[in-house]
Amino acid sequence: MNAEPVVELCGIHTTFGAAIVHRDLSLSVAPGQIVGLLGGSGSGKTTLLREMLGLQRPTAGRVRLFGVDLDDPDQRLQRAVRRRLGMLFQHGALFSALSVFDNIAFPLRELRCLDEDWIRRLVHLKLAMVELDPSHGALMPAELSGGMVKRVALARALALEPELLLLDEPTAGLDPDRSQNFVDLVASLQRSLGLTVVMVTHDLATLAGLASHVAVLADQHIVAFGPKEAVMTSDHPFVTGFFGADRRKLL
Amino acid sequence: MISAPRLQVESGKVSLSGDWTLAAMLPEIDAIQTALASVPAHASWDLSGLGRLDSAAAVLLWRYWGRAWPASLVVSEIHRVVLARVAELPEIVQPHERLRHSPLLLSGRLALKALANLRGLIAVFGQFLLDALYLIRHPREWPLRECSANLYKAGAQALPVTALVGFLIGITISYLSALQLRNFGADLFIVNILGISIIRELGPVLVAVLVAGRSGSAMTAQIGVMRVTEEIDALSTMGVSRSLRVVFPKIFGLTVAMPLLVLWISAIALFGGMVAALLQLDLSLSYFIDNLPRAVPVANLWIGLGKGLVFGFVIALVSCHFGLRVKPNTESLSANTTSAVVTSITTVILVDAVFAVFTRQIGVPQL
Repeated sequence: MNAEPVVELCGIHTTFGAAIVHRDLSLSVAPGQIVGLLGGSGSGKTTLLREMLGLQRPTAGRVRLFGVDLDDPDQRLQRAVRRRLGMLFQHGALFSALSVFDNIAFPLRELRCLDEDWIRRLVHLKLAMVELDPSHGALMPAELSGGMVKRVALARALALEPELLLLDEPTAGLDPDRSQNFVDLVASLQRSLGLTVVMVTHDLATLAGLASHVAVLADQHIVAFGPKEAVMTSDHPFVTGFFGADRRKLL
Repeated sequence: MISAPRLQVESGKVSLSGDWTLAAMLPEIDAIQTALASVPAHASWDLSGLGRLDSAAAVLLWRYWGRAWPASLVVSEIHRVVLARVAELPEIVQPHERLRHSPLLLSGRLALKALANLRGLIAVFGQFLLDALYLIRHPREWPLRECSANLYKAGAQALPVTALVGFLIGITISYLSALQLRNFGADLFIVNILGISIIRELGPVLVAVLVAGRSGSAMTAQIGVMRVTEEIDALSTMGVSRSLRVVFPKIFGLTVAMPLLVLWISAIALFGGMVAALLQLDLSLSYFIDNLPRAVPVANLWIGLGKGLVFGFVIALVSCHFGLRVKPNTESLSANTTSAVVTSITTVILVDAVFAVFTRQIGVPQL
């Protein structure tokens, strides 16, 4: 499929005061790719993710999602684009005033055209997808453990089954078993729905298990982008340092 | 990229094509639902031409299939997985538990809440006394920095806003009283009215309301957020007492700052009153100042300052109590901040009434 890219970043510059975070950064993610975004701590991965969501504007450069420029003044177009993506925040960002059930139901209710029975089934389906019991729906976010917060947040991000899923450290704080389940879940969703995924992660197992492509962010721009096998076996000093000696084992 | 969902019925055979996803269905969701409803019950389903199928559409189909697999179904393996996930979902209809609202239950709950708050207030008060005793015995452990920071925040930074409010209130009262007094030819009594009402009553209560809104809410929110972000826990793991380092300086700072603020707002309000009297009644400033000590016995000033001290203590106590009650969610933070401000203003008015009863013999000039 040679359709237009889902995410397209063109010549992104980002500065915080005097600190330069991104310098002439370009990245283009095609439909169906699962891109793992790698980089050292403080290299601006989360900032880049926030710029893709339009939560933060780059100092210069263009961000296009599904071919729509995020600076486009048409509010309806902007909202339509937002509906086609789901975001999993690093710390969940659940609405603390709503129960787990209502958190997941929130984006569905916002559509204003689904009936309650439909919503209830969908919410229970999402809960089952992330291996939570329907009885957990009554809990408040404050009563959840760290791993459960993550899973509920994922369920909420998946509520609309978006075409583009952005994940910020999706498996941090999950035990290895659960992160494997998470990887399987996203992989199966990707197969059945043709999702495009951009994720920031430090977890090599997640990266190796899930990503089809890898983008490496270092020296303020993308130093390497391509299929996982090609990037992970490349000799870029950052890549060799990041994965260490046993990177070939991960493939 | 998205192709619209299509449904074709031909002689008992239903074939679906296009993308059956929430995004694709949304524009014509009603039409799709009516089309599905009109499909005969024992039709055979052909889903082989389906583009994409998401769980929202799967749930929709499953509902129209009467929560069972249709007798004849052609579907690709990928889509069958999606449908199977819906099929495996246990049929549970758990009604959301609603809180019951009988008046007896409500009043009981309210009484219990009030009792719990009273207990919490007494606990904070007791802890404050214990901390004060401890600090008297160990003067080296005074949290001096925190105390002075609180004094600055609650006191010095409140000066401009209290001055503005005091000045305007002074002008208003003076202006309104002057209109009345002139009718009786009792212009000169403006000094008595302004002096007693501002120094004894209005000064302390005005400051208390302003400070409760300004510093009280800030204290509750700060302690509350420190609880949400576990900063309070971090303090105690370092062996630092949270009551000594967080609560005590706030109560101490506000208790010291309030009488000073009362003095300040009273002076400014009197000044505002003097200006209005000058403009309205041609009462000279020097006459006003000369006659103030004669009209207002100095006891009134001590009552005003005493009120300020007690009000400051009460506001800080209530605010800290509600701050410590905050649970880690936004709802609780906003609810407790509201309660802190409302409770401290109510308590201040209550204490003011008690003051009025017990000081009714003191400081009122006998003519």
